[in-house]
Amino acid sequence: MTTETTKETPEAAAVPPSGAAPAKKVPQGHRRLLTRRDRLTLGLMAGLPTILHVALVWVTALASIALAFTTWDGIGFDSIKWVGLQNFKELFEQNPQFWPAVQHNVIWFVVLILIPTPLGLFLAVQLDKKIRFSRVYQTAFFLPVVMSMAVIGFVWQLIYNPDTGLINSIIGANEPGKYIDWIGDPDLNLWAILVAASWRHAGYMMILYLAGLKGVDPSLREASALDGASEWQTFKNVIFPTLRPTNTVVLVVTIIEALRAFDLVFVFNKGAEGTELLSILVTNNIIGESSRIGYGSAIAVVLLLISLVVIIPYLVATFRKERRA
Amino acid sequence: MQHFSPSGLSLPSPSRRTLLRGVGGAAVLGAGIPLLSACGGSGTASDPKTVTLGSKASDPVPKKAFADIYAAYQKKSGITVDVNTKDSNTFQEQINSYLQGTPDDVFTWFAGYRMQFFAAKGLATPIDDVWKTIGGNFPEAMHKLSKGEDGKYYFVPLYTYPWAIFYRKSVFKEKGYEVPTKWDDFVALCKQMKKDGLVPIAFGDKDAWPALGTFDQINFRANGYDFHVDLMAGKAAWTDAKVRKAFDLWAEILPYHQEGAVGRTWQDAAQTLASKKAGMYLLGTFVAQQFTNKADLDDLDFFAFPEIDPAYGQDTVEAPTDGFMMSKSPKNKAEAVKLLQYLGTPDAEDIYLKSDPSVVHASTKADTSSYTPLQKKAYDMISGAKSLTQFMDRDSRPDFTSTVMQPALQKFVRDPKGVDSLLSSIERQKKTIFASG
Repeated sequence: MTTETTKETPEAAAVPPSGAAPAKKVPQGHRRLLTRRDRLTLGLMAGLPTILHVALVWVTALASIALAFTTWDGIGFDSIKWVGLQNFKELFEQNPQFWPAVQHNVIWFVVLILIPTPLGLFLAVQLDKKIRFSRVYQTAFFLPVVMSMAVIGFVWQLIYNPDTGLINSIIGANEPGKYIDWIGDPDLNLWAILVAASWRHAGYMMILYLAGLKGVDPSLREASALDGASEWQTFKNVIFPTLRPTNTVVLVVTIIEALRAFDLVFVFNKGAEGTELLSILVTNNIIGESSRIGYGSAIAVVLLLISLVVIIPYLVATFRKERRA
Repeated sequence: MQHFSPSGLSLPSPSRRTLLRGVGGAAVLGAGIPLLSACGGSGTASDPKTVTLGSKASDPVPKKAFADIYAAYQKKSGITVDVNTKDSNTFQEQINSYLQGTPDDVFTWFAGYRMQFFAAKGLATPIDDVWKTIGGNFPEAMHKLSKGEDGKYYFVPLYTYPWAIFYRKSVFKEKGYEVPTKWDDFVALCKQMKKDGLVPIAFGDKDAWPALGTFDQINFRANGYDFHVDLMAGKAAWTDAKVRKAFDLWAEILPYHQEGAVGRTWQDAAQTLASKKAGMYLLGTFVAQQFTNKADLDDLDFFAFPEIDPAYGQDTVEAPTDGFMMSKSPKNKAEAVKLLQYLGTPDAEDIYLKSDPSVVHASTKADTSSYTPLQKKAYDMISGAKSLTQFMDRDSRPDFTSTVMQPALQKFVRDPKGVDSLLSSIERQKKTIFASG
């Protein structure tokens, strides 16, 4: 399976140096198993990423958590003021955009898992049947995934443009009295964007499932065919259960997509009412002149906590399974 | 037997990493940017014949117009202006870290609170010595706009442009409309236009700032300049009955605005005026950029927002002003002062306006003979004003306007019913933001 190959790569890369050492006939002992050059290479290969990781992930993460309890306009370090939980209090009680944003992130996830994910699975199953032009379809469905989110947002906001957009022009809703404001109406705009997001997500899910299906042992199908199972029964009782590992990946990927949803919406309508997202609130508060870095960090910490709530149970489950194996 | 730990572990990390890098990155920005920006702009620091200048004029027309000024200055004085142009939005977003790092000697910026904010933070050099020589070129209102809260000068204005209600002369003539000067006439005109099958007021608020302009006009007409300034500065309360009155007046004309405004850009809204589907449009003179056809442009005219309270009449004009400031420790201060003195002359403004005729001189000493009728009118409107405002996002804290006012006004434009809860929510958020210093 795809995942196993990724696991093997780092090892494969690590093997040649240690294999090369004996070839040089370096005398005995595990101390000399690695030459000085090997150790240097290893040190660099392990050290550099570690430094980058610590500096870019841990230091910054902890700094932003600390900043969440302060106010800071970003000008000079002496203007950082400790305010305790005030940012969070303000966020939970006063910010009219915060709770809608949380809700929209959740809706984003639910929609992605309910519509494009089954659609992607359906497409993958069809394409797995070795139909003609399978490659062409694969490419067509996967194309949106290759495109940048910003491009997708731009293209779709042209389609949804209330005056000159494709949809309103076709259905004649671009005249006074009949307007459908896909971009501005808070009852519509989130769903309009989710169509675009689903359009992309279905292709992504299709490729993941297609990879999973390629790994299903053909003898399983043969066996169930011999038992007289229909196509649907085979899929439901045999194929789908073997796709369990793929489903886990799909679930994780979809959660990530829902939490990091940003670029599409930002290009579409900058997160106006109806499409507020946590990531957009973070950006709006932190980036720009006289920025509210403390407040923005507090929103980011909330987003981090939500991510942890999702990731920790997953990690626990994974480790427990590993220990059992 | 690998389960999914390899991909499972590495997959969440992009999201977590991007998130944290974004957040934390911003946190260390304050520390990091000075180091980074130290690489740029300082190369010519020791050259006494060069002044560095950071510019936000990235659009082709203003960029050329500014370049012409610097070329003329070099010819005159032998001093090279080393221009460092950044994308306009990026320049504004990064202004904080830019000014804290090693900024250019002189930089382009806006008048009003947005200038005073950085002056108060000690990120700009007072330039009273520049104003000793250029002071006579500018009217009193420009003097006021160029001073920081400490009463010292920090800003040299170059050009300005008014906000007003734009209309097509041919449409008004054909239908027999008259330019309204009073609120009731204005509302009556809106009604008539609607009856005639026109969209009375074109409107596009997708970018969230145009609605700020509408509020400004109604508020200073109804409540006067002084109250408007207090409100912008966070001193007056948004729950004040006066503010409520301004919103009520707005709600009265809101039905005559173009539908679906929150999904429409100002450019698209301007197109409805250009195509004569809309009767009027409240915007800055830059709306003319959307009139690419010469005949349409000649047909474009504007009038001042109608009087609401006779006590204030039409005495206030919203006239955003752009110009220059000096950074906190310029490397070539002597020459930077001379450059600013030149930029404060009518000559420099003339050169700019030659390439960008959508704006007018900030100086009252400049030659206005080559003005288009539109420019002439804009110039008269500004020089006849008792008070000038900049624009809500220049007159108030930018963090307040962008994170609170923009979404709030979008909400109001879409659904004007919940004004009271909207205003109390604005007031609560305002208190925390203005308290954060």
